[in-house]
Formats: sequence, C-alpha cells, structure tokens
Amino acid sequence: MSPGHVIVGAGEAGARAAFALREQGYDGPVTLIGAEPLLPYERPPLSKRAITGETFAVPFIADKDRFASANIDCLTGVTVTDIDRAGQSVRLSDGAAIAYDRLLLATGAYARRLAGPEIDDPAVDYLRDAADSERLRDKLTAGAAVLVIGGGFIGLELAASAVQRGATVTVVEAAERILMRGVPAAVADAIAARHRLAGVRLLCGQQVRAVRKTSQGAEVVLSDGATLAADVVIAGIGAVPDTDLAARAGLEIDNGVKVDTELQTSDPCIYAAGDCCSFPHLLFDGRRIRLEAWRNAQDQGNTAARNMLGSADAHAAVPWFWSDQYELTLQIAGLADAGEQVVQRDLADGTPLRFTLDAEGRLVAACAFGPNATIAKEIRLAEMLIARRAHPDPAALADPSQNLKALLRAA
Amino acid sequence: MSNWVDACAADEIEAEDVRRFDHGDSTYAIYRTADDKYHATDGLCTHELVHLADGLVMDCTIECPMHNGRFDFTTGKAQGAPVFVDLKTYPVKVENGRVMIDLG
Repeated sequence: MSPGHVIVGAGEAGARAAFALREQGYDGPVTLIGAEPLLPYERPPLSKRAITGETFAVPFIADKDRFASANIDCLTGVTVTDIDRAGQSVRLSDGAAIAYDRLLLATGAYARRLAGPEIDDPAVDYLRDAADSERLRDKLTAGAAVLVIGGGFIGLELAASAVQRGATVTVVEAAERILMRGVPAAVADAIAARHRLAGVRLLCGQQVRAVRKTSQGAEVVLSDGATLAADVVIAGIGAVPDTDLAARAGLEIDNGVKVDTELQTSDPCIYAAGDCCSFPHLLFDGRRIRLEAWRNAQDQGNTAARNMLGSADAHAAVPWFWSDQYELTLQIAGLADAGEQVVQRDLADGTPLRFTLDAEGRLVAACAFGPNATIAKEIRLAEMLIARRAHPDPAALADPSQNLKALLRAA
Repeated sequence: MSNWVDACAADEIEAEDVRRFDHGDSTYAIYRTADDKYHATDGLCTHELVHLADGLVMDCTIECPMHNGRFDFTTGKAQGAPVFVDLKTYPVKVENGRVMIDLG
C-alpha cells in the first residue's frame, strides 16, 4: 500500500493541495504539516481587516471538522527538520518520521529583515503571520506614531490600516516611488495620492541608515540625515522564499525551490507550490518567476495535487493579484513588465484601467486602482484575454463603449 | 406562501449581466442571460460575503469578484473551491417590463 502523500506547510497552497487530493478522488493517507499553532488560515486579512476590525479575527481556511471529514491529518505546531529523499520520508521536530509517496513543499516565504550594523533588530516589527498581526493591532492605535519602512503592498496596506485606526503614519521608501515592482507608475501615483489624502506622509528616495531603540519606541535615521522618532517601526521590505528544508535536502534552488512547469522539483517525487517556488511561466516565454499571491497559491496547490496523482498538467494560470487599501482595490492581471505599450481605458466612474501590450501587440497585463465594483469585472475579462494570448486592437481597448466580453468572444 | 416583490425594470439589467437588489435587510442578485431569461439568487457570495452583483456573468455562471468562486445562477449550485455552499435561488417572472422576484 502507498504510504500516502505529505504536504509541508499549511498555508493557502498546502491546505488547498490537501483538499484537492481528496477532490481528485485520492483515498490514501494525506498529512498536512504546519509550523504554526493554528489550523490553516487566510493571510490576506492580516494587514487589513484583522487590524481594522472591531475584534482580532483570522478566517480559517477550514475548521477541524472539515479536515476530519476529508480525512486529512493536519498537524500544527510541528516543523519538518529533514527530508530523507532516498528513504522517501520526512523527519519532524517532535522526532517522528512520516513516509511519503509524493511530497509537496509549500513552505511559503518569510519577511525579509532589515540588516546592517546600525539596525537594532528588536526595534523593528514585521508582519507575516497571525501572531504578528495580533501584536501589531495592539500597537497601531489612535495617536501612535507609526513608521513603515517599505512602500510595497504590505507596507502600504499596514499604513492604510494604521491611519484608519487614528495613528500618525509615515512611509519611507528607498526607491523613487512606491510600488516599483510590478505596478505602472501612473497607478502607483494614484495610490500615493489616496494615501496622502488619508494623511499618510510618504518619503520616497530615502534609505534607512539606522534604527535604534529608544524609551519612546524607536528612532530611524534616513540617508539624508533626518531622524524620525516613532512608537512603532514596521519593515515591509519584501519576502524571502523559505527554501531551507529543500536546500538541506539538496534540491535545486533558484530564487525559490526550482520547479518545472508541472511544479516538480529536481526530485521527481517532490513537488513545490506557492510563494516558496520559482517556475517557468508558459504564457511569458517560459520566463522563470516566483509569485507571492493568494490566487497563485491556490492555483498551484490544485495543480500540484493533480500532478502528485499522476497528471502532467502545466501550470499556466495568469498571475492575478489584489491589494485593498482604504475603500479602494488595486488589481493586476498578468505581468506589467512583460510589455512597453500602455493603453488606457476610462471606466464609467472615471477610474483608469491600464492595459500593457508587448512588442507584438499581445495583451500581457491589465491594472487598475478603484472601487472593486468598477474594476473587478474588467480585470477579470482582461485576465481571460491574456490567457488566450489575445492581440486586441489597442483602439478597442481604449474605447469604453467596446465591451471587453465582446473582445474576448472575438479573440 | 408567495411574496412577489418588484425588483427593477427588465431593461435595467444588460444582457448577460447582473444587478444588485436590496430589500429589507437582505440583498439579492438579479441576472439576465444572453437570451433574456431572468434569474435571482441571494446577493452575497457564500464564501466571504462579497456582493456577487460586482462579479462577472459568463453564460449561466456568476463569478465572485473577490476570490473567483463560481455559481450556476440558474440553480445556485457552487462550482467548487473556494465556494462550497450553494446560493439560495428565488422564482422570477417578468410582468409589464418589471422583474418580479418571489421572496417567499
């Protein structure tokens, strides 16, 4: 009898894969191993509703009963210390060993930490898990002086949450503008304007030279010499894929656990999915990318589960990402840096929708920041056009009277 | 018991689209198919309580705008992860150019 399948990492990708194995009809043992004490939960609210809501709450992906009825053995508060590839088993921090037929690594990513001789590590907060979110919630209160290092998604979502709770918020970004990675400048400008309207101070083009603990909280010294005092300093400067276990096991690493289009690692019995892996994207000339996104974690969890059961499905889903800030939502489908030509369509309420086309006129990305009710349908249709490798007429894309659904049917 | 309520004018919903209808403390989604059949369901996704009327209609499927959970709006049937709980559906009729739904 098969020893069953083992999934390391009980976040969105791991939990989805566990249920997908059952949805595919697999009835052997499934073990899902999570390092955190909680059952698998959804991470997107940690920077938003978990902080702004009336009480702290994280929505669980599934409760105890659903794991039990799906016959998924979900271990919490346990880490995998080693993989014995030759013997096809994993060793756990509690000393136990579990054999696997197929192994899925869904170890996720951790928050990149500020480093440098003048960085006093205990003075800096980070957000990655529910415990971080609960701790920050207690600090991001009315009147608190909050300094956020990093104008990326986590930093900006935390800035929005903090200012909505009545904190005084400053965001320090090293690059010349916020959201340099993956967001067109015009959209980033609109997001910056919304933050300024809320009273957030944005300081771009400023490196953090030092962070020191003080009696108030901390002080931050910037590259121009200015010193800013704060009650709370939070760094949101990106995520680092958690490849420790894979590297120890001798699997190939390349900006994450290296997998092929079927999400198989350099060991044919081991797959990887979600934030921890880099994969060649078929829609973008096989370019190797790594995504830190909720939808990608779900999609890859599903694909990995099918392939662990013998399918050979290539993962080719269009990257899709959202970020809620204030009453508005940023949505991006595709890869904005895969093309140069930008075409703008003004939606009914005036929200601009920006399409990116590559040199051959193929639609490679769409991006908008506005009310979810305005943009969600349009971005979704754009995503379907991108999946079809459509080459829509730029004039039609720019013309709001031309329904994208009609363009999709013509594609 | 029937409780027919006037939801909107039939031409207020585009073909192959959806519109939100609030009544009392509840919210509903009214759909018009490409061949002008009308349907109604509860207005919020069973996954995270997002308004389905903001989502995309393709054929007889409504897709939640937040996490892309899909439902067949003619039956309310959830089409798979992340949605597992079906939508409640309501009888619909069109009279004198008005869409009426039976809230029971």
